[in-house]
Order: sequence, then C-alpha cells, then structure tokens
Amino acid sequence: MNTIVKYVALDLVRNKIVLVYTLLLATLSFSVLSIDSNTSKGLLSLLNITLLFVPIISILFATIYFFNSIEFIELLLAQPVKRTRVLLAEYTGLASALCLAYALGIGVPVLFLSPNMAAITLLVSGLLLTLCFTAMALLIFVLFKDKTKGIGAAIIIALFFSLLFDGLLLMFIYSFSDYPIDKPILGIVAFNPIDLARILMLLQLDVAVLMGYSGALFKKFLGSATGSIYAVTCMLFWVIVPLMLSRRVFKRKDL
Amino acid sequence: MINIIELTKSFGKFRALDNINLLLEKGQAISLLGPNGSGKTTLIKSILGLVIPDKGIITINGKEVSNNWAYRSHIGYMPQIGRYPDNMSIGQVINMIKEIRSEEKKYDDDLIKGLGIDKLENKTMRSLSGGTRQKVSACLAFLFSPDIFILDEPTAGLDPVSSEILKEKITAERNKGKLILITSHVLSDLEGITSHLVYLQEGKLAFYKTVEELQDITGELKLNRVVAALMQQTQPKKMSV
Repeated sequence: MNTIVKYVALDLVRNKIVLVYTLLLATLSFSVLSIDSNTSKGLLSLLNITLLFVPIISILFATIYFFNSIEFIELLLAQPVKRTRVLLAEYTGLASALCLAYALGIGVPVLFLSPNMAAITLLVSGLLLTLCFTAMALLIFVLFKDKTKGIGAAIIIALFFSLLFDGLLLMFIYSFSDYPIDKPILGIVAFNPIDLARILMLLQLDVAVLMGYSGALFKKFLGSATGSIYAVTCMLFWVIVPLMLSRRVFKRKDL
Repeated sequence: MINIIELTKSFGKFRALDNINLLLEKGQAISLLGPNGSGKTTLIKSILGLVIPDKGIITINGKEVSNNWAYRSHIGYMPQIGRYPDNMSIGQVINMIKEIRSEEKKYDDDLIKGLGIDKLENKTMRSLSGGTRQKVSACLAFLFSPDIFILDEPTAGLDPVSSEILKEKITAERNKGKLILITSHVLSDLEGITSHLVYLQEGKLAFYKTVEELQDITGELKLNRVVAALMQQTQPKKMSV
C-alpha cells in the first residue's frame, strides 16, 4: 500500500495543476497578508479564499484524477494486492499531494507572517476541507461509471455545500424564527463541512459573534474549546464516512 | 489450472457471460475469439477479479478467486488499453510494480531489452505513443515470469518488429509449459502460437477445441480460414434472415 501511495504522490507533485494551485494560494496569501498590518483581517480574507477555492478544486481535481486513473487502477488490481488497499492508497496519495499544496501555499506564508493560534487553525481547517472533499470525490468515483456524470456530480456537491446549503439554512432559520431553534441549528451545521471549517476558524478570532448566526451560537453554547472539538470531530466524520462507503461499494464494483 | 464453472455475468439487462464452463490447463495457449461485445474482456476480467460475477465459480490452481487476491501473483496481465499516471517515468512504473510484487525477486527482462524499453527509462508516460505504452504493458506482464499469462489484444498498436518479438516471447513461454490466454482480432498473429480456440458468441461458449480438431472439421489449414468457416456455421440463423 505504501508503495502505491508513494508513487501516486510522486506523480502528483509534478502535476501542473497542483503546482499552479500551490502558487496561486501562495501568491494570494502573501499579498493578502502584506496589505494590512492587522493580520486578523488578513486571516479572515484567507479563510474566505480557502472556503471558496479548496472544496471545489479538491473535489473536481480529485474526481477527474480518479476517473483518469481507472486503467491504472485496473492494472494495479491485476497485481497481488487487496482491492480496498488499492483504493485507499489512491486516496491517500492524492489527498497527501493536495494537502501538501495547501500547506505550502497557505500554511507556510501564514505561519511565517503571523504565527499564532488562528493561523494554525486556518491551516487545520483547510487541510480538513481538502480531506473531506477528496473523500467525497472518491465516493463519486466508485458510484459513477461515467466520467462526465461523475464530474457533474462533483460540481453539484461543491456548489451545494458552498452556496445552496447556507441558503436553505437561512430559509429554515427565517421560517422557524419564532421557535427555539438554536440547538437544532448546531446539529444541522454539522452536515456541511464548509460551515464547520468556517466556524472552526471564527471561534479562534474575536469576530465570531459578528460573523453570522451559527458562529455566535457556537460561541454561546459550546465556547471556543468545546466548539472547536465538536467542529473538528464532525469534519473527521466527513472524511471517514465517505471513505468507508467508498470502500464498501468498491468491493463489489466491476471495472 | 484455471477452472471456470457456470460463470454468469449481466450488466443490467445485458448478459455479458451466460453459463460459461471452461477448464484451461498448463501448456495450453488458448485464443479467446468472438465478435465485439461477445464477453471476451468480461471473461478475462472475471478471472482477474476485476469483474465480480453474478453466479459461478472460478478456481485457479484449486483456489477460489472471489475475495482472494494472493492468486494474482501467478498471473501476468496485459490490458487492452494501458494508461499510466502522466508524470511517472517508465522506470518508476516498472519499479513500482516490482515493489508491489516484492516477494518475486527474479525478473525476466527479455522484453524490456528486446523492445528497447530500457533505453526510454526516464521518459514520462504522458510523452509516450500508444504503441510504446503497449510495450510497457507487455514488459510488465512478462516481468515476473508467472505461470499464467492473460493478454488482451497484445499486438494491437505494435509495430511489426515489436509484434514479432512479443510473439516469439509468447511462444517461448508456452514451450516452458505456461498457460497463455490471449484475445486478438488479428488472427494471423495467433497463427503458430495458439493450441486451442475458445469462441464466444453473445456471452455463450460456442466451442472450445484444439486447432487440429478444428482444422479437421473445417478442412482448412490457415487459422483465419478456419475461423471464417466456423463463424458462418455458428451464425446460420442470421444468414438466412
């Protein structure tokens, strides 16, 4: 398994799209952080960039990559290795390459220019988002036979979590505003990894209360520490559950 | 060596394989023939465990294939289309497969040398032509001198010289008593290599006989004439309509 992970990652670090992605993130973070002396603002901008770019790029790139390596996966499966191992190795290789890109692009400049707890949290939430959305891409790969349909599903999922979900949540809050819905909302937020990443980061900054309903709720009910642990745990579920499902489906998939 | 019992596989409503029974033995070189979509690749993939059959059992050396992976160390597989990660070099691909099959320490690099792959070691897979990729697939299949070779359209896309080298290698392995399962539409390429013919028609096994038997039945000597004669016999209904 480690062999496959190693070679997949080696292939990907030389991939042009991954290189461009790293450079883009690095340029953005250097420029944003050097504009203002208040690094808290800079981190907030970087958070928004992360929430916008990381999910869609991770899921799209990963889906395309998995579908393109279908023949290669077949070749690997013709070797004496376990089916599920090949799949998880492909995931690990890809996820580590994308995480490396994020860590170099955002992590290094941020830790270099404003080394504090908030910077580390930004790095962690970006990495978790990468892991979540590559795991979802893997699930798409095992569920769909057709590459085009798979890419379509990837776009829909990315848009759903980054745009539609919040809209639906707002609608929910609006229509039930007469009821005590604070606690249900804490639960609903757990169904969106992007929201979880946002909250995780906002809890570290003092602006949590100013940044929307769910952020304020988290601060109020859970406090920084418990809230952070809750958010991270939920995000880890978003990594593990799609992986387990993919593993299950892949066991019986025809290639 | 390979025993296939009542193998059935459907994709939706389409029956790709319908109740196939086959017993393939050591030292045989079996050509798997049939029109497009007759289930050849599905049969090969079932043996490799890439396609999971609906019904039926496949055993290799007495061990069942389903939920097992260790048996694949006896198989060298050359796929119909070989695609590899773009930025890997040929050397890396070969090393990777060597590391995956690390229990095998003796390498058979006849083909790597014969096809001139060793000189291209640092080229990335993206820059290779289809034929060169095919050569890499061939090298990987023969690298570990397995007991069973499964070759899906091995000579498609190869230049005549390379195709000859590959055919010589296949014949040499057959003479060592290995089992060779080969599909090809280029019948002239199978001439002299193959000892048995398996013919699939719409997922059903039409016949499984030695080349000599078939030559007797049809009265033809050349393999392509033999197959042409048989195809006309197996499709009388369609001819009369």
